[in-house]
Amino acid sequence: MNRFPLQPRDKEGPVFNEPWEAQAFSLVIALHRQGLFTWDEWASVLGEEIRHAQGQGDPDLGNTYYQHWLSALENISVLKEFSSYSEMSARKNQWISAYEHTPHGRPIELSTAKNG
Amino acid sequence: MPHDHSHTAAPSDLELRVKALESLLVEKGLVNPHTLNSIIDTYENKVGPRNGARVIAKAWTDPQFKTALLNDATAAVSSLGYTGRQGEHLQVVENGDEVHNLIVCTLCSCYPWTMLGLPPVWYKSAPYRSRAVSEPRSVLREFGTELNAGITIRVWDSTSEQRYLVLPIRPAGTESWSEQQLRQLVSRNAMIGVEKAKNPRVAENIPP
Repeated sequence: MNRFPLQPRDKEGPVFNEPWEAQAFSLVIALHRQGLFTWDEWASVLGEEIRHAQGQGDPDLGNTYYQHWLSALENISVLKEFSSYSEMSARKNQWISAYEHTPHGRPIELSTAKNG
Repeated sequence: MPHDHSHTAAPSDLELRVKALESLLVEKGLVNPHTLNSIIDTYENKVGPRNGARVIAKAWTDPQFKTALLNDATAAVSSLGYTGRQGEHLQVVENGDEVHNLIVCTLCSCYPWTMLGLPPVWYKSAPYRSRAVSEPRSVLREFGTELNAGITIRVWDSTSEQRYLVLPIRPAGTESWSEQQLRQLVSRNAMIGVEKAKNPRVAENIPP
């Protein structure tokens, strides 16, 4: 994974500040393993996202790296027609609704939102 | 078990975006959840590497620190340089002869990750989240942890604002051990409460 020179890492590999970062990282690895895009394709989408953020005045690449990673993952998912921005946004709202409608003490599941 | 908190706060926008995308990709068969879990497992210890073990071993050897830790864990661990990035509070719950503590997040996967790294896959699974509350003794048994019938199990339900860490019982026969040596007996699972601290006689590669 050395082809992503800005990625925060130590001598053993990538490091993450929060669990969602590792989750986003792992999704990209999994999609690549399924042969759904090449590293060159990913590097180009990620690079574009980082340049875009820098253009918007992103102050610190170290802290925000995985925010760009996540945006790039959404972008490549649209480019490759895995999903669409509206579908992702609708799903996000379903999750919010599931959180809000799940009674305390029960595991949160999407069905709570769909039925509720 | 504390039930006075609200459990309806949704995670951050970034967490939700990842969750949304993950659930869509899995649903469409583009990502195999088992593959995903095994990749995540690889990085399980890459967030906040073993901070919790240091905290527990210090509590076992430094009574003043232990008192501070049980009174205000957030402040005590921040004195060691560990601070939650989202301002969540940490409470340390102590195991004893009469009480065994177990942590869970029934809603999702709230976890003391500044102490323990990424949550293991089973911690996030629906069966653990519900069974830790409904049948904690069977859950512990599945982890190979047998408790005497007289011991009360307290289950602590984590939230986005409140995280817990279990202070296991210091194993017998470790009176002469240094804090450094003791750290190796403190497993992630012991700090979640599904296991006890490692037995010094069977722990490998630890000098007596």
